[in-house]
Amino acid sequence: MEKLTNLKDLLNIHNLNNIEYKKITKILKREPNLLELGIYSVMWSEHCSYKSSKRWLKKLPTKSKIVICGPGENAGIIDIGDNDSLVFKIESHNHPSYLEPFQGAATGVGGILRDIFTMGARPIAILNSLRFGDIKKKKQKYLLSGVVSGISNYGNCMGIPTVGGECYFNEDYNKNILVNAMAVGVAKKNKLFFSKASGINNPVIYVGAKTGKDGIHGATMASAEFDNNSKQKKPTVQVGDPFTEKLVMEACLELMQTNTIIAIQDMGAAGLTCSSFEMAAKGNCGIELNINKIPLREKDMTPYEIMLSESQERMLIILKKGSEKKAKKIFDKWDLDMSIIGKITNSKKMIIKKDNSTIANIPIALTEKNTPEYKRPWVKPTKVKNIKKFIFPKKNKVKEVIFKLLKSPNLTSKKWVWEQYDHMVMCDTIKPPSYGAALVRVHGTNKSLAMTTDCNSNYCKHDPFIGTIHAVSEARRNIISTGAIPLAITNNLNFGNPEDKNIMGQFIMSIKGMIDSCKKYFLPVISGNVSFYNETNKIGISPTPVIGMIGLIKNTNSSNKKNLLKENDKIFLIGKKINNISCSSFLERIILKNNKNLGPPPPINYNEEIRNGNFVLNLFKNNLIKCCNDISSGGIIISLLKMLINKEFGAEIKESFINDSTNDQKFYQILFGENSGNYIVITNNEEKVKKLAKKNKVNLFKIGTTKKNYLNINNQIIKLNELKNNFENSFFNYINN
Amino acid sequence: MRVAIVVFPGSNCDRDISWAIKKVSGYKPDYLWHKEKNFINYDLIILPGGFSYGDYLRCGAIGSHSPIMNEIKKRSQKGVKIIGICNGFQILTESKLLPGSLLQNENLKFICKKIFLKVKNNNTFFSKKYKLNEIINVPIAHMEGRYYCNKETLKELENNKQIIFQYCNDNGDIKKTYNPNGSIMNIAGIINLKGNVLGMMPHPERCSEEILGGENGIKFFKSIFESIN
Repeated sequence: MEKLTNLKDLLNIHNLNNIEYKKITKILKREPNLLELGIYSVMWSEHCSYKSSKRWLKKLPTKSKIVICGPGENAGIIDIGDNDSLVFKIESHNHPSYLEPFQGAATGVGGILRDIFTMGARPIAILNSLRFGDIKKKKQKYLLSGVVSGISNYGNCMGIPTVGGECYFNEDYNKNILVNAMAVGVAKKNKLFFSKASGINNPVIYVGAKTGKDGIHGATMASAEFDNNSKQKKPTVQVGDPFTEKLVMEACLELMQTNTIIAIQDMGAAGLTCSSFEMAAKGNCGIELNINKIPLREKDMTPYEIMLSESQERMLIILKKGSEKKAKKIFDKWDLDMSIIGKITNSKKMIIKKDNSTIANIPIALTEKNTPEYKRPWVKPTKVKNIKKFIFPKKNKVKEVIFKLLKSPNLTSKKWVWEQYDHMVMCDTIKPPSYGAALVRVHGTNKSLAMTTDCNSNYCKHDPFIGTIHAVSEARRNIISTGAIPLAITNNLNFGNPEDKNIMGQFIMSIKGMIDSCKKYFLPVISGNVSFYNETNKIGISPTPVIGMIGLIKNTNSSNKKNLLKENDKIFLIGKKINNISCSSFLERIILKNNKNLGPPPPINYNEEIRNGNFVLNLFKNNLIKCCNDISSGGIIISLLKMLINKEFGAEIKESFINDSTNDQKFYQILFGENSGNYIVITNNEEKVKKLAKKNKVNLFKIGTTKKNYLNINNQIIKLNELKNNFENSFFNYINN
Repeated sequence: MRVAIVVFPGSNCDRDISWAIKKVSGYKPDYLWHKEKNFINYDLIILPGGFSYGDYLRCGAIGSHSPIMNEIKKRSQKGVKIIGICNGFQILTESKLLPGSLLQNENLKFICKKIFLKVKNNNTFFSKKYKLNEIINVPIAHMEGRYYCNKETLKELENNKQIIFQYCNDNGDIKKTYNPNGSIMNIAGIINLKGNVLGMMPHPERCSEEILGGENGIKFFKSIFESIN
């Protein structure tokens, strides 16, 4: 094997430090060759090894009665009864999407879908969580358009509905956008597949697209911060082909019916390297690969390029020996390449051969177990100061305030985004994207699944601990607002450079918030992803721990007719009247337009969250709710209007609801303040709701009644058309101007 | 009654149509793989939505040359009813079983939303259960749905009442404002001169069940079954 020259430069290119290099020589008991160095660099990248986050992630609650498979596999699995199981996960594609928005986002969707069908599940829904910089900037519009088309192109072509998500703008993300994609699939509980290799001499087969030179070092690129020269990293971005993935998915799901698969894994980050290592390591066996057998897109690729390529739409499968022909027949039907590229051995080593000579020889168990793990130093984030007194607008300015908020990029309707996603294909979307969680039926059953992604970036920026608890709590409220029982979460932890002790502090406080809230709510974390180094020229993004949550409705009402709104239906607030305005959208958009500090996020009240949530579910059970939304950004009025505008209704706000607010401050706090644990429900059975509230000792206030064509608030009348226009058309104007 | 749904590589509304037909009529259609050349007689063959062959080259272009299409062309001449929805419509125009072609939407984006259609001819196999000028709410989901044809063809389509569905608003006004994709004359669906081949961009299979937010597609499927039986 040839000796490495210019070691310093090589390590730099491979994003490895001297200590890590020494570790490699210790494991190999010699110096690595270039191929081996490349393999270690991707295996030990932050993206693949979780070397900075591992020790903290271990502390998350990951178990419950319904968890079939927690973190560590391609995706997490929970039991939803009747031999049905649910497979889901969220994953980031932040760095590639900034360099090449269309392909970056598209392959992000492709990757997460492979994680789902790899486990034997047919994907039934896609969600996302997006962060961009200042929407007025041309570059951001370009990134937004590219990302949305990329997601749309891949998901639509796969024929899997994109049913929900969030899209948020803040200049903190000008140089590092976030693209997190979540996918949900359903599998029979007795037909699940895992990645643990076994059985000496079982064939290792390669299926799907050919290997090309795209995405080489993608994982390493995603494990470093950006600087002024990051554009040059564009070739590390993979190129997606959803058509091939659709064929790969159908073929794999077909093969899974034949009882021939021992283990299966997709080639995602770090391609063939990571997938083959992980499979062998999980099975505590060895693997031998013949580089001559890998299907290639172009001639003359070096083994280094082949092993590190992140070409998309490729799967690695360990078959039962003797079933190769059966498998070949299925892949032939779908016009896909299938090649036997190696076998399972008992050597506990990965041996790569070319022209019958060994070109890499790496101990497997060691690589997996002895990956670097860092105890990064950290400091607790400093508490932000309370916002001192400021002047509230006069009560009679409420119309202007409402319009400003309805128009603001983060609260306004994202129709422009989700109308580009096919959100109805598969004929199971019960509640399409609009507000709150989406609702998707489990095909052919009476069950439906509520799903959402959530993170209030402002809250997390001002207090990562409380902010993360809010993210979990709000996701939970979204789920409950559809009538579903929250089951489990997946998380996507997006942060800056973990080598900075302040960033590491944000990360740790966020994890602590997640542990605290998940334990309180009995919600296991079943899968997730960490994305560090969302940073450019030493400036990191705000901490953004995105929560993906799923809930279940066992018996879905097949008729919605009786829930259609009518004039004079009653609108109720469940929970206490709000008096917090700190860190709210109102404060950000109306009062402190250019202020960096918005004050601490509202305090969390777990008791209110749990009691009110249970009460809402109880109302659903008794068929007392026509529609429901939780209160979040923008407070009562915005949360109410989002729901009503969608249903072409307005409302009359009862004078007594705002009457006790004799001054302007109280008036705005009640209507636009934000806190925790609050819901709005619309019902036509006032008496029963009141009775149940009393019985359950829940705070209940009548907000008002529904009206067909207008909103009346404090004797100011706003036409529904005006509300609609501000809410539904503003985003189109941002894009086109 | 025998109904088949063709599955091209990349089709993704095949299961949806099967589901809707089963739901509306209780009958479960067969699937036909695109490589098939010999198959039994069917009363109705449906080309579903999706991205056949990845829609590379041009939407429906490769699909129109797939092995099964030769046979389908022959059968259409014998009077077998053929429906192409969305990508299926694109395959039908590419195969010249229907006139005109489908271009990229005017806004150059994929559009998925519910729109209103006016039933302009209810004297066909495919629309007889609807009232003439009935306004129905049906979803669309496409990137290339802008119907286009030359003036002579358009004249013929009009004269022969081959335009079945047109985009409109909830009042039935057929204006450019209510045209989601820029189709010529707001055209959403047409039939051939003989009346046995229909192509349409909207998805009736996505609105044949109340829980999915609409039932306006049920009459579409009922029309066809009544015609066949």
